[in-house]
Amino acid sequence: MDQLITALYSIPLLGLVFQMAGYLIAIVPPISPIILRSATPIAFGALCGVMCERSGVVNIGIEGTMLASAFTGWVVGVALAPTLGTPATELFGLTPALVIALIAAIGVALAISALHAWLSISVRADQIISGTIINIAAFGVTGYLNSIIAKSSPTSAGAFSAFQPPTALTDLPVVGWLIGMFFAQGPISMSLIVFVIALQILLFRSRWGLRTRAVGEHPKAAETVGIDVILVRYRNVIAGGLFAGLAGASLAMEATNSFQAGMTAGRGFIALAAMIVGRWTPVGSLLAALLFSSFLAIGQALSFAPPSGQLGDVLSSLPSQLYDALPYIVTIIILAGVVGRTRPPAADGQPYEREAAT
Amino acid sequence: MTGASTGASTGSRIRDVTGTVWAIIALPLIAILLAFGVGAVIILGSELLVGEPFDPLLPLTAYAALLQGAFGSFDAIVDTLVATSPLVFGGLAVAIAFKAGLFNIGAQGQFLMGALAAVAAGVAVSGQPPYIAIPIAVVAGVLGGAATGFLPGFLKAVSGAHEVVTTIMLNYIAISVLAALVSGPLKVPGSPSPVTYDVGNAGYPVVIGRDGHIGIFLAVIAVFVIRWLLYRTTLGFEIRTAGANPDAAAYAGMRPRRLIVLTMVLAGGLAGFAGVDVALGLTHQMTSSFGTTVGFDAIAVALLARSEPIGILPAALLFGAMRSGASLMQIKAGIPVELVDVIQATILLVLVATPVIRRVLHLRGTQNPLATSPTISRSYGSESVL
Repeated sequence: MDQLITALYSIPLLGLVFQMAGYLIAIVPPISPIILRSATPIAFGALCGVMCERSGVVNIGIEGTMLASAFTGWVVGVALAPTLGTPATELFGLTPALVIALIAAIGVALAISALHAWLSISVRADQIISGTIINIAAFGVTGYLNSIIAKSSPTSAGAFSAFQPPTALTDLPVVGWLIGMFFAQGPISMSLIVFVIALQILLFRSRWGLRTRAVGEHPKAAETVGIDVILVRYRNVIAGGLFAGLAGASLAMEATNSFQAGMTAGRGFIALAAMIVGRWTPVGSLLAALLFSSFLAIGQALSFAPPSGQLGDVLSSLPSQLYDALPYIVTIIILAGVVGRTRPPAADGQPYEREAAT
Repeated sequence: MTGASTGASTGSRIRDVTGTVWAIIALPLIAILLAFGVGAVIILGSELLVGEPFDPLLPLTAYAALLQGAFGSFDAIVDTLVATSPLVFGGLAVAIAFKAGLFNIGAQGQFLMGALAAVAAGVAVSGQPPYIAIPIAVVAGVLGGAATGFLPGFLKAVSGAHEVVTTIMLNYIAISVLAALVSGPLKVPGSPSPVTYDVGNAGYPVVIGRDGHIGIFLAVIAVFVIRWLLYRTTLGFEIRTAGANPDAAAYAGMRPRRLIVLTMVLAGGLAGFAGVDVALGLTHQMTSSFGTTVGFDAIAVALLARSEPIGILPAALLFGAMRSGASLMQIKAGIPVELVDVIQATILLVLVATPVIRRVLHLRGTQNPLATSPTISRSYGSESVL
């Protein structure tokens, strides 16, 4: 076996591919919790996109919504930490301050989504421009407030901590690392799977889901059978804010315990790409998000634990900035390769104008 | 659609102008005033947040400092014009894409690649006489931006990948490419920090005051060239038709895929010119943290100008003045420069909610400023390309 591997590795050029495969097989199980953790904001953002676009509203402001709720979660946590910062339970490092901060983060995301819903449904503004304004505003307001608050050098509010599954389970052969991937997580990442499955079932098996899809595909037909198009769209866009809020909160309250200006770094847009690649379905979005975050995590692993031998020499000759750019490059390539074969909801992005009653 | 009236007879045009000037500027003016009002509220609110002694006049102090920083002296005015010139190029880059029904959020990446290419070429020819060095560096920068614009245009034409997502990804990739090159092949050997050589003779000559370089004039010329291109050439007609009604454009035998690529190359070239403007006119070299918000401000400029080339000039001046005066505002009143972003977003928010504003204020006659680009979100996914 070992001899075979050595033989495969020493093939010119092609050997590099085998070395890479060997490296990935070795590295993926230990970093698998990181993969899900970095997929969390992307997948939640994509769920927000699914909620909006399935009902026919394009939401490009997910990035800004995430940023605003990340900031809110952090700043509320910081403000409450001195009084309510003692852990109530060992589990997840929950403190009253963190719970209230999480609720505030979601609340802000719902409010911003309501603004987007109003602009794109009632005002019938161009939905992409409405979303862009949300992004600019969120970047400006959070950056502004952050530099004011940073002056007083606030203390950290802490963050949700990861659950530790028993080592007896995670050490199991073959499936152990999968248990670690899904259960060695904080509460937000862990809830992701539940939300994805629930939304998948609701979207394709419930009355709400049928109505949502009808409104997104053919609003006029939906209206004629008595579905209130405007109401459905409002409800979906605002409810989608829940997921954008969780996405933002996961960044500032779970993955890290701090806020930096512009910390979403394009994840809201990668989320849109994940939604497209996942064909506007929750499960597809999650899988696409995991694909993107794998590149993110492997990029990090390559710089922290570089492979040895010939492959390591090749990789270390590449500029390190390549790894920073990797998720974005992968997004473009996958989007360009996949999008031609996907079909968005037919009424996506088109404002609906109710015909005057006669 | 102010430019659409250029074809009308001269007599009715003069009557049109007197009649519609107010109608055209009323909403942007209201938006700007409201935005500064919102800015004042945020300043007061953040005072409470920090818990310093409350100063009810702080917004006035801040805005006075902003105004003084932008227009308070001859040098300040020249600095404002210098800050305005890349915004003019950037605004044109976004506006021309809007005209074709494309949303070029990637002006920032095209801007960075343009600046990088201009510096790389400028360093290579820094010893040549200026009349050789400057054109080479300018062309290199414009090509760098155009190449960065070509890619999303090509991907959209071939596969239907939406330009909003691809251009944003390219913005982040551009940051990495820039950092990699400035700390790698372009770095001055032995320098402790990642920085390139000076562009030497490829730098723009200074013609007014301390920093007033020729880019200011090039920006004004560019406005009129793009106006001519859009309203006096076949290509411009095709771009406007494709933006206003893609089906009609296809029916008339225009090739939408070719137009998408061409427009994005043009837009990228203009954004690249903005990068040239900053790199050759102001910084003369490049650090790995090179990067202003030009490409993002450009979106606001284009929206405020309703994508009309002539409107780009006042819109760019407004944001140029705010960026230029913001540092004095930070020094004198302790207000973070990000306030400019807040004001910028509020202006756009008010503009996008125009129908509501008009109803409240009983304004009539003007078009929705953002209604000139209603086709942007139609081309999501692959359906309506072609």
